[in-house]
Amino acid sequence: MERQEICNEMRLCFPSYSANEGFARACAAAFCAQSNPTFDELSDIKCAVSEAVTNAIVHGYRSTVGDVYMTMRMTEDRVVRIEIRDKGCGIEDVQKALQPLYTTDPANERSGMGFTVIENFMDSMRVVSTPGKGTKVIMTKKLTVIPRIRG
Amino acid sequence: MRTLETPLKCLSEEGVLTVFLEGDIDHHTAQSVRARIDTKMFIKRPSELILDLSGVHFMDSSGLGLILGRFTKATELGIAFKVANPNEQIRKILDLAGTERLIKIETNREVY
Repeated sequence: MERQEICNEMRLCFPSYSANEGFARACAAAFCAQSNPTFDELSDIKCAVSEAVTNAIVHGYRSTVGDVYMTMRMTEDRVVRIEIRDKGCGIEDVQKALQPLYTTDPANERSGMGFTVIENFMDSMRVVSTPGKGTKVIMTKKLTVIPRIRG
Repeated sequence: MRTLETPLKCLSEEGVLTVFLEGDIDHHTAQSVRARIDTKMFIKRPSELILDLSGVHFMDSSGLGLILGRFTKATELGIAFKVANPNEQIRKILDLAGTERLIKIETNREVY
């Protein structure tokens, strides 16, 4: 596959405080807004970022505080690639974690739908995890090409 | 974003308790919101609880957990439960989880 030119990228690192869930999705939205996405695309991306960051905070670091890393890239063909990584406890069985409604934390009313939301709202999702070392969620979405209006 | 200090906007009328949620519902906000809804529900003991989402701009699967959790609690107490006025983004998440098989979702409900 032909490698597309990167037209912009950003890196973000923040502590795993739950208040940063909103911060992360606001940053993701601001980054994507430069490429003029549709309202639905922006909503989908914000939701997917919120899910992955919440997973890092709730499951990756649990009751501890660690750093969450978010990197975003936009290519010339309007594909946004988002990577959210933690250095938390990792996932023992990724395939099990990807199942809809599967949760290790039902007591706190976790719905177990986080990965399912990402899979459905984005074009692709890949989860790489090493127990004891952390988890990386990589997702992509191609934005609609909107014709420019010349004034 | 709502905080613990912000009171819940509620309307109690003829045994129906409507809770008007506002802002973003994510893991950060869901915990305090759910505690305050439960307190209202236990004190008022309505015949029906309606979560009105017309003021909610963003919701992720933590909000889904909040809704399913309130449905479970309300059902245990014999209280009918309904969700009203979700926006399109919220509707997408509710549909993804097949929520309507369990919970009545009302759109275009009058907002007071």
